[in-house]
Amino acid sequence: MNADFTAEELQFETEVREFLQNDFPAEYRAKIDAGIRLSKEELVDWQKILYRKGWAAPNWPAEHGGTGWTATQKHIFATEMGLIGAPEPVPFGMKMVAPVIMAYGSDEQKQRFLPDILESNVWWCQGYSEPNSGSDLASLKTSAVRDGDDYVVNGSKTWNTYGQYADWIFCLVRTDTSVKKQEGISFLLIDMKTPGITLKPIVLLDGHAEVNEVFFDDVRVPASNLIGEENKGWTYAKVLLTHERTNISGVPRGKRRLAALKRLAGNTDDGFGGTMLENSAFKTKLAQVDIELQALEYSELRTLAALSVGKAPGPESSILKIVGTELAQEMDEMFVDLAGYNCLPFVPEQFEDGFQGEAVGPGSSAAAALTYFNNRKLSIFGGSNEIQRNIISKAVLGL
Amino acid sequence: MDFSNTEEQQMLQESVQKFVYKSYDFDTRNQIIASEQGFSQENWDLFAELGWLTVPFKEEDGGFGGAAVDLAVMMEEFGKAMLVEPFIANAVLSGGVISEQGSAEQKAELLPKIMEGKLQLACAYAEPGSRFNLANIKTSAVTDGDTVVLNGSKTAVLNGSNAETLLVVARESGAATDSEGVSVFMVDASSAGVSIQAFANVDGKKSAEISLKDVSVPASQRLGASGSALQALQNSVDRATLAVSAEAVGAMESLLHKTVEYSKTRKQFGTAIGTFQALQHRMADMFIECQLARSIVIMAAMKLDGGEDALEKTKAVSAAKSRIGKAIQKVGQEAIQIHGGIGMTEELDVGHLFKSVTAAEIMFGNTDYHTERFASL
Repeated sequence: MNADFTAEELQFETEVREFLQNDFPAEYRAKIDAGIRLSKEELVDWQKILYRKGWAAPNWPAEHGGTGWTATQKHIFATEMGLIGAPEPVPFGMKMVAPVIMAYGSDEQKQRFLPDILESNVWWCQGYSEPNSGSDLASLKTSAVRDGDDYVVNGSKTWNTYGQYADWIFCLVRTDTSVKKQEGISFLLIDMKTPGITLKPIVLLDGHAEVNEVFFDDVRVPASNLIGEENKGWTYAKVLLTHERTNISGVPRGKRRLAALKRLAGNTDDGFGGTMLENSAFKTKLAQVDIELQALEYSELRTLAALSVGKAPGPESSILKIVGTELAQEMDEMFVDLAGYNCLPFVPEQFEDGFQGEAVGPGSSAAAALTYFNNRKLSIFGGSNEIQRNIISKAVLGL
Repeated sequence: MDFSNTEEQQMLQESVQKFVYKSYDFDTRNQIIASEQGFSQENWDLFAELGWLTVPFKEEDGGFGGAAVDLAVMMEEFGKAMLVEPFIANAVLSGGVISEQGSAEQKAELLPKIMEGKLQLACAYAEPGSRFNLANIKTSAVTDGDTVVLNGSKTAVLNGSNAETLLVVARESGAATDSEGVSVFMVDASSAGVSIQAFANVDGKKSAEISLKDVSVPASQRLGASGSALQALQNSVDRATLAVSAEAVGAMESLLHKTVEYSKTRKQFGTAIGTFQALQHRMADMFIECQLARSIVIMAAMKLDGGEDALEKTKAVSAAKSRIGKAIQKVGQEAIQIHGGIGMTEELDVGHLFKSVTAAEIMFGNTDYHTERFASL
C-alpha cells in the first residue's frame, strides 16, 4: 500500500503548479480572495487561457480535444486548481452536457456542439429541476410534443444557474405520459434565443440572483436537437449525474480555506489583547476541520486508486459529496465566527463586479455571512445529502 | 411552581399578536426594510400608545415594571414576525444605560421621552477590534475645562443612523481593557465630527458604523459619574442579550412551525416529505432544541428578576445565549435543508427567519464567547 505519486506524476504536478502560478491572472485571484464575483467575461477569459494550454477539459477523451489524462493526473490538476483558488470551468457545458453528447449524440451533434464547449464559445445551462420535481427528478412535467420536424415544449425549469449568461440549455422533457415516469423522459438541447423562452431571476439569501426559473411557452425545438432516442433521456441523465458527483469533495479548496481561516484568525483581535488564533475554542475547531479534511482526502485517494484500475465511480462518491459539502459549510460557520459583528451588514452589491459605492466593513469578513447563507445550497443541490444517504443505504448497505 | 403567563403577560402577548396579524405581514415588513429609515415611525408611535415602550423600564422610572420575564414574552412575539423596529437598541439597551447610569435629572428628562416614543437613541459601545469585550474601549474622552473631546470608531451601532442622540461609550482613563475609566456621553448625532455610515443588517435591522473626530460635548452630557459606567453598560447589554435570545426563541418557533407545515404539503416520490422518518426525526430534534432554548431563556429571565447576586444573573444570561446559539444553528440550518432550494430564496419568509436568527447568534456576543464567559465566571 502506498499513496505516493510516481516520478512522472510529480513532474506533472510541478508543471501544473507553474502554469497556474504564471497564467492564472493575478487580478482574478485578488478578486476571489476579496469575495468578489468574477464576471461572465472574466470566467470565459480564464477558460480560454486553459483552452489555449490544452487543459480546458481534463475529463474529456483526447479524441474530442480533451487532455487524455489518467485519473491521477486529473486529481493532481484539480488539486492544484483548488489550492490556488482558480475557478473550475463552468460545469454545465464541459462536465455535464458534453459527456452525454459524446456518449449518445449523433456525429453531427458532436461536431456541432463539442468544439464550442471546449473553446468556451458557447455557455450552457441546466434544465433539470422543476418547481415540483427536486429530489424526485423523474417526476418532471415539462412536456415536449412532436409536431412535424419540431418538438413543442411547454413547462418550466428551476434552479437554473447562470441562465442569464447562457446560449443553450439542455433539458429533460416528458415525451410520454402513458408509461412509468422514468420511461417517458427525453433529453433535448434548446437554443436559449428560441421564441417562447423567458427567464425569471431568483434572488437567493445572499442578495444575488445566481439562479433562475425558465419558462417554456410553445417553444419549437427542431427534432434534430434530440439526444439519442426518444424516451431514453433518464438513462442519459443518470450518466450526467454521475459526472456531477466526481471531484466534489472539494479537499483542495478546503485546504485553501483552512489556511485562510488560520491567517484570518491570526489577524483577528479576540478583544482581550490576543488574537483568535490563541482562542482555545477556535483552535479546537481548526484542528477538527484539519483532521476531517485529511480523512476526506484519503477517502478520495482510495476512490481515485479504484478508478485508476478501471473501476467505475461507485456509490462511494456519495461519501465525498456528503462530507465535502458539510465540511465546507462548517468552515463557513467558522468564517462567520471570526467575523463577528463585521459580517452583520447586508450590503451584497459591494461584492458585485464593478461596485463603485462606499464599502462597509473590512474586506472579506463582511462577506462571511453571505457565503454562509449561499453555501447552504451545497447540501441541497447535486442530489441533496438526503438522497446521497439513500444511495448509501440502498446501494452500499443493501437496505 | 407555575410557568404560565400572568394575566398581564397574556394581555401583552395578545396585544403584540394582534398587531402582527393586522399590520406586520411579510410583505409589509419587506417594504419597511426597503424604506430610507428602515423602520416604521407609525408603528413606533403605536408601540408608545400601546405602552410597549414602557415594558423594559422599572416602575420608579415610570415604566411597566421592567421585569425580564415580561420583556421575554414580548420579544418572543416580535421574533416570530421578525420586527425590525429598534426596540432593543432604543428602549432596552439605550434606555437601560440611562436608567442604570444617568443622574436623577438625566433620567427625568430622557426616560419619559423614550417611553412616549419621542426620542430615538443608539448605544455606541462596540469598536473595531473590541470583538465582544465590553471593557475594550479605545475611543478616548479628554476633558478640557467644561468640554469633553471624543475621538474613536464605533461599529455595529444598532439604530445608529436613526438616533437623534448617540450614547457614546468612551475611555477617560486606564488601559484599553480596564474596567475602570469608562464613561458614557450623550452626543447629538448631528454634532461636528460625527460621521455615520448607515446600512441594514442581515436581519433587516438598521445599523451603522460611526466615527468620532474631535467631537466636543459639554461635560454635563456625561451620564452619571466619570469613569464608572462599565457596570451599567454590562447590565444593560445583559438585558439586551436576554431580549435578543427571547426574540430568537420566537423566530425558531416560526421556523419549526413553517418547516413542519411545509413537510406536510411538499410531495416528492408520490408522498408528502413529512412522512419520511429520516425527516421526522430531524424535525423532532428541532422541536427539542426549541424547547430547551425556551427553557433556558425563561430561566435567565427569572434569575434577572429574582434575588440572585449580580454574578449569578450575568452567568445565567451567558448560559442562555450560549445554549440558544446552539439551537439557532441546528434549527436554522435544518429548516433550510428540509425546505430545500425554495428555503434559499428571498421570496420565502423561512430564509429571512434563518438570517434573523443568524444575526441573533452574533449579537451581543456569539455562542463561543458566552460559553467562555460562563466558564470564566
